[in-house]
Formats: sequence, C-alpha cells, structure tokens
Amino acid sequence: MKKKILALMLVCSMAAALAACGSKEAAAEPAAEETEAAEDEAAEEEAAGGTLVMATNAEFPPYEYHDNNEIVGIDVEIAQSIAEELGMTLQIEDMAFDSIILAVNSGKADIGVAGMTVTEDRLENVNFSDSYATAAQVVILKEDSEIATVDDLAGKTIGVQLGTTGDIYADDIEDATIERYNKGFEAVQALSQGKIDAVIIDREPAKVFVEENEGLKILDEEFTVEEYAIAIAKDNEELLEKVNGALAALKESGKLDEIIAKYITAE
Amino acid sequence: MEALSNAIYKNFIKDDRWRYITSGLGVTLKVTFFAVLIGILLGFLVAIVRSTYDRTGKMKILNAICKLYLTVIRGTPVVVQLLIIYFVVFASTNVSKVLAAVLAFGINSGAYVAEICRSGIMSIDIGQLEAGRSLGFSYAQTMWYVILPQAFKNVLPALGNEFIVLLKETSVAGYIALEDLTKGGDIIRSRTYNAFFPLMAVAGIYLIMVLIFSHFVTLLERRLKQSER
Repeated sequence: MKKKILALMLVCSMAAALAACGSKEAAAEPAAEETEAAEDEAAEEEAAGGTLVMATNAEFPPYEYHDNNEIVGIDVEIAQSIAEELGMTLQIEDMAFDSIILAVNSGKADIGVAGMTVTEDRLENVNFSDSYATAAQVVILKEDSEIATVDDLAGKTIGVQLGTTGDIYADDIEDATIERYNKGFEAVQALSQGKIDAVIIDREPAKVFVEENEGLKILDEEFTVEEYAIAIAKDNEELLEKVNGALAALKESGKLDEIIAKYITAE
Repeated sequence: MEALSNAIYKNFIKDDRWRYITSGLGVTLKVTFFAVLIGILLGFLVAIVRSTYDRTGKMKILNAICKLYLTVIRGTPVVVQLLIIYFVVFASTNVSKVLAAVLAFGINSGAYVAEICRSGIMSIDIGQLEAGRSLGFSYAQTMWYVILPQAFKNVLPALGNEFIVLLKETSVAGYIALEDLTKGGDIIRSRTYNAFFPLMAVAGIYLIMVLIFSHFVTLLERRLKQSER
C-alpha cells in the first residue's frame, strides 16, 4: 500500500514537472513565431524550433556568470540581442571553456560567446565574427608580491584557466611553471592561499576577483591586449553573415556600448 | 589519409605535444600507486577493527570512528573530497598537488577496501576462529595464520576491481590542476580543438593499463588456487 502511494506521488510530481515545461514552451513559441513571420525565409530555414544555441563558460564575470540561478553578463545580453535581431530564441549551454569550440564545431551549439579571443589555432577550427569588445590579459598578484613587471614572471609558478589565451601565451614565459585550472576562480583561490605566484586572466574578471578577495592586486602593466569575437562553425557562413549583420546593427544603435557600460564602470 | 597524418601531427608531434600524455601518464601511475598503498593500509586496519567488533564486541569506540569514516567517505563524491583536501584542509600551505591527490584517493579507496576486506573476513566460518582459539592461538594469531590467508583469497577479485576503479578515478585529478593523463589530453584538446585523437589516445592508454593490471590479478588468483587441490 505504501509503495502504491509513493508511486502515485511520483507520478503526480512528474506530471507537474512536465506541465511546467509545457506551459513555458507554449508561452515562448507564439512570440518566436510572430517575429519569424516578419523575418525573411533565410531565418525560417534556420528556425527549426527557432533557437540559437550559445555555448559559454559561465565562470567569467562580468562577461558571463551565474546570478540568482540565471546566467547573465555582457556576452549573454549581446547574444540575446543578436537572437532578437535574428528573430530567434536564445538557449544557453554552460560548459568548460576548452569544450566551447568543440561544441560549435560539432553543431552542438550554433555560436560560442565566451569572451573568446581570436587566435591562429582557433581560426583553424572555427570562423569568428567581427569583434565586439576589446580586452586585455592582466596579471593578478598578492599585494606583497615582489613581481613588479611582466618580465619578473620568468621562473615563477603561474595559474591560468585551461585553454584561455592567458594559458596559451603563458607558455612563452621563460622557465615558468604553468598550472592549468578548470576554472579561473580556482586559480585565484590557489593564489590567495599562496600555492602559486601569479594568475594570468582577462582584465574584467580579474577586477571582480580582486574586488572579492582581500590581499590581491592587478599588475599595472598589461600582459597582452586582444579582441573578443563570437565563434561560429566553419561550414555555417550564412549564420556568420547574419551575426555580423546583427552586431553591426547593435553597434549602430549604440546598444552594444549600452550593454558593456551596464556591466563595466568606466575608470 | 593525408588529413589523418596531418591530424596526428597536429595533436601529438607539433610542439612536442605527446609530452603532455607521457608526463601525465607518469603522474597518473604515481598517484594510483601510492593511493593504492594508503588504501590497502587504511582499509585493512578498518576492516580488522570492524570485524573484531562484529565477532567479539570489543573496540566499541574505534568501531564507531571507523563507521563514521566509512559513512562520510562513501557518501560523498571523490571529486568533492579531492577539492576539500586541496582547498580546505591544506588551505594555508603550498602542498604538492601529487601529495594532495594521493591522500584524497588513498583515503577514498581505503573506505571501499575496508568493506571488501571485512566481507572477506566475515565469509570465513566462525568455527575456524573457535577452532584456532581452542588450539591455544590468541585472537591475533588466529586472525593472522588462519583467517586472513583464506579471506585474502576470497576478496582478491573484488580488490582487483577496486584498484581498477581507483586507477580510472584518478582522472578527476585535473580539478586541482594536477596534470595527469586525462588533463594531458585536455591540454592538447584545448590547443588543437580536436576531440577525437587526444581523447582516444587517453582512453586507449587507460584501457591498456587496466588490461595489464587485470592480467596480473588473474595470474595471482591462479597461483593462490593451487592450494585448493
């Protein structure tokens, strides 16, 4: 008897969960259909369900991070705006940074938006849109660190996030030991615990990390300067053109600057 | 064909990328070896305490401690344990990553080995213990000369299995930025954005290691069976 009651409860909860899914989809669909109807047939071809799947690594504030159970940030809003321009609904897939290009390549995701810099190796595997933001790799140090310039990094133990440009460029530092963490904040944690000497990471997340961890500072000298762009599969030139078109429109209307200004306060 | 050799060149030869695999393999073997040692030692001790309590009712407090250890370790994922050891237990010291990994996997494996050994000891009929005691052996002597040799033979397949699991479990060591075999493959993957070759190479190496290890376990089992005739 007890078992039967339990089974009944399970069935009820499953039904409730399914119903919740259904209503959400139903609410999203009419909106998508309306805009689609207005779009040209090219968009319709793309719109097998009308979703634009974005691969990202949501451990990278302020570009993408978790806030109140939602993934938010500059990249997310830009992707959202692009999806709106294209009349599609955005779906976010959160994954390890080094898997993003693979996901885009294998068609598991349509676009990779993750504060990604254009590099030679990456260009061999995917196409990149026009750049939408400039960024720099900076060095995070402990406040009492002896390191005063980028050259002082030689021979030190440096933490990076696996597969990021910081990781790739850190390879060129003389005699340095590179420790590749899966997540940027873990490298920062190792730094504050004195396990490593420095962390090389993108400037904006670095600012957040330094703000939230006492006793850390950012080296004034930048490690590299670079531009962020959106990764799109090589065989999907059509989407590339569309994304570039949407980006241009966003730049034109000033929405792009608006989004960036919302997250990054000017110094 | 050319694409294939090109891909192999890019994934393994260019920039000496195969070194990530070989040095990673070294780290994996080192971590597994020492973790197995810790696991055997811990597991054996815990099993003795637990089975002594089961059989004689002695060592009440020790048994409670062991039970707590088993509950906590078997009730939490090994990745979480590894992160706790590295970022919480050794929070203020610059501990070697290999040491942190060896401790985490060793302590984890100990819990499983303990239950395997205990089941082995309990599988020996209590009459053997009574016979040993009535022949003038102490409890420890009966354990050592009569029960453990038989118990070991019974648990060998399960133990071998546990070490195979341990070897594969060390693949999460990358979470603390330890460059083991899996992480080595991941680093190549993050450079070449090719999933197939690095992952297949890593999987193949794990498989070969497990095959070699199983072979030795089989040999040992066969050798121990000789006494049964």
